[in-house]
Amino acid sequence: MNNIGKNSFDIGYLDTLAAGDSSLHHLDPRAKLITTCAFIITVVSFDKYALAVLIPFFIYPVALISIGGLPAEYLLKKAFLVCPFAVLVGIFNPLVDREIIFHIGAIGIPGGWVSFLSILLRFVLTVTAALILVSLTGFNRVCEALLQLGVPKAFVVQLLFFYRYIFVLTDEAERMVRARSLRAFNASAMGLRNFISLAGHLLLRTLDRAERIYRAMCCRGFDGHIRIIRSSKIRCQEVVFASAWLFVFVLLRFFNVSLKIGDVIMGLFQ
Amino acid sequence: MHMADALISPAVGGVMWTATAGLIAYSAKKVSIEADDRKVPLMGVLGAFIFAAQMINFTIPATGSSGHLGGGMILAILLGPYAAFLVMASVLIVQALFFADGGLLALGCNIFNLGFFSCFVAYPLIYRRVVGQKSTQGRILVGAVISAIVGLQLGALSVVLETVFSGISELPFHTFVLLMQPIHLAIGIVEGLVTAAVVTFVWKARSEIVRASRNAVPIGKVSMKKVLVGLFAAAVIAGGTLSWFASSNPDGLEWAIFRTTGKEELETPHNLHVALAKVQEKTAFLPDYSIKKSEDEKTPGADAKAPWPAVDPGTSVSGLVGGSLTLFMVVLMGVGLRRRKGQS
Amino acid sequence: MSHHIVEAADLHYAYPDGTVGLRGVSFHISHGESVALVGENGAGKSTLLLHLNGYLSASRGTLRIGDYLLTPKNLNAVRRSVGMVFQNPDDQLFMPTVFDDVAFGPLNLGLEKQEVLRAVTQALETVGVAHLTKRPPYKLSQGEKRSVAIATVLAMSPDILVMDEPTSSLDPRSRRRLIELLKTFQHTKIIATHDLDMALDVCERTVVLHCGQVTADGKTKEILQNEELLRASSLERPLAMQRCPACSTPKKPVV
Repeated sequence: MNNIGKNSFDIGYLDTLAAGDSSLHHLDPRAKLITTCAFIITVVSFDKYALAVLIPFFIYPVALISIGGLPAEYLLKKAFLVCPFAVLVGIFNPLVDREIIFHIGAIGIPGGWVSFLSILLRFVLTVTAALILVSLTGFNRVCEALLQLGVPKAFVVQLLFFYRYIFVLTDEAERMVRARSLRAFNASAMGLRNFISLAGHLLLRTLDRAERIYRAMCCRGFDGHIRIIRSSKIRCQEVVFASAWLFVFVLLRFFNVSLKIGDVIMGLFQ
Repeated sequence: MHMADALISPAVGGVMWTATAGLIAYSAKKVSIEADDRKVPLMGVLGAFIFAAQMINFTIPATGSSGHLGGGMILAILLGPYAAFLVMASVLIVQALFFADGGLLALGCNIFNLGFFSCFVAYPLIYRRVVGQKSTQGRILVGAVISAIVGLQLGALSVVLETVFSGISELPFHTFVLLMQPIHLAIGIVEGLVTAAVVTFVWKARSEIVRASRNAVPIGKVSMKKVLVGLFAAAVIAGGTLSWFASSNPDGLEWAIFRTTGKEELETPHNLHVALAKVQEKTAFLPDYSIKKSEDEKTPGADAKAPWPAVDPGTSVSGLVGGSLTLFMVVLMGVGLRRRKGQS
Repeated sequence: MSHHIVEAADLHYAYPDGTVGLRGVSFHISHGESVALVGENGAGKSTLLLHLNGYLSASRGTLRIGDYLLTPKNLNAVRRSVGMVFQNPDDQLFMPTVFDDVAFGPLNLGLEKQEVLRAVTQALETVGVAHLTKRPPYKLSQGEKRSVAIATVLAMSPDILVMDEPTSSLDPRSRRRLIELLKTFQHTKIIATHDLDMALDVCERTVVLHCGQVTADGKTKEILQNEELLRASSLERPLAMQRCPACSTPKKPVV
């Protein structure tokens, strides 16, 4: 399977996870979307040397992964696979900021390393939170939530169309790339000239497809408005879910759990 | 180049989200006013096209390295700025959700960096001017290359500024700029060439498509200005509120403000600090990170690091011990939950 | 019941680039008839189909669908009575879930929510895919996609069903299932196809198009036995009517 195939497989897999049957899957998508955003904002609101205080936040992804029955290894692997930019920018921290900020025994720990680790920790937390949202909810239902939360319909509709045709178009692109690579014996990546003609053809086909879809829509009475029936209500579960987590986030934000526990432990040893 | 959640402060993320949300709302309104029914499926499918095309790598001539399409300019040329901005936003949203490219907080930055400059700056101000009413191959080429370069340069600069304002990364402004701008010059040239070639390809086969989008989108000068002013105001308000509310490390921001304005400390942030310090004392969060540090650093020429305040090593070590223990408990809890679920 | 008829009189059509699609096509299809539309690639089948729902309008000639003459004013009424199933279900299924897709038409007709739900359920049950309601279209097999595509059209309760290559890219079993399904429909049917065995199974009447003109119109069984006509139209006898290669005796026609 080449790159393209793998990527669309990934999307399909997350959507399969979203078809799961846990209590979390059945929550209204709005509750999950809002909680996820609150989580991310809380995590990134810490200062750059925050390390220990961030750790208790793992309770959120861990709890959701466990209760939702999601494959933890897969999600973590996905999160780690995509962090080159964060590492690239973060890696300069240890080089620039060499000030020792605390000691463990005789070893001085420079601030740069602390902030670098902090960046990585934030990265894992925020990225897994987003992945969990999709795998518990499914993209279409996230869009539903967006619509209900007041995002303009023109935008959400095209988001749905876009998502629908990702699968069709990546498939088409993959077939074209495969057809090319089967005839190009030595070159693994294609030259610019090849790419342009490939992309050009794909674009032409895409435009034709858009026309055919429009035709199919007209045949079924399309008048410029997309109508979708949805019956979803905010029930008790949603309120409990969102408010409980918000409470936890606030608590963890302003109360350094790690430090308190550490103090107790250290106290025991002294 | 994608921004990542881990690198930005909530203030920067919030400001950029405000700007992006405003642009999305405005573009969505514009697109619905245009009321071109055909665009409804066309936008979605073109988004899928860009998404698919971005996955195809090609070798960049004379370098041997490989690159891929960005697509912002192609969208703007085929759909006009408003629809193109919405499509670009969709592509980035899906990438953020499924491939964890960037993350949700940084999504506002990413949509702005990759969408705004190509759709609302480079396309109307450069491409449209250069190509004018009569498309020719040469004009398309010149227009696409220049606007792709400009769009990407601005986008890259925006990445740098967002990172610096966030103050999470230590990378100094000038180093980062020197790193980003030349790379994006090269990327911009390639992007421009590819854009021009693909657009010409389509233009030769279906000239009516390229023409239709050009006629369909008059850019109202007045309304655009209003929008920009509105966005700016909203961003300032959001930034102010958020940084007061959330940023416990505003020195990155201030340092940059100091650098850019060359003025002494602004009035408000100082009060902010007092307020913040009080909050900090009361709640005692991050006791190992004294607020005095930022006071120290505010002296001009703070580039050279002010000496760190003495930190009680015991505190930090106990933080570390506690942190490890917490992690252990969290994992244990996860395993427990899963067990129980398996049994039920 | 005059509203299930389709009547074309001397239809002409040329594409903007000058390619001629139709040169004087005339036929009359009456209520409940099943008509196969056959002909080589580029004979004008798809062009003709696009006229039937008013997507293209003839440069000359008239088209009557049921009680309406096809004019821009009657377009909505005509589209309501003609259900069109396109060749590629991926073009027809554009909504996030099967339910949304099937509900798309009824909602555009302005039906009440309860009626929409009923129409959707009924249409999905008719084609036997009620269990797929919540699935996204890209997770369906080719056969399921085709069934859902037909359901999207049935949900609008059309009088006339128009299909473009309904059996293309189906595996043999799905194809057989589809043929059995089509046989149960009471609608007036117009099916453009290269699958002559299917035509033989489902349609009692066949119209042959060649270079934008009707070259034959009559009983399917007779037309598909006319070697000369078939050869002239780049067609060939359906397998069911060919000699069995193993024992070289003519197989019994299926009908």
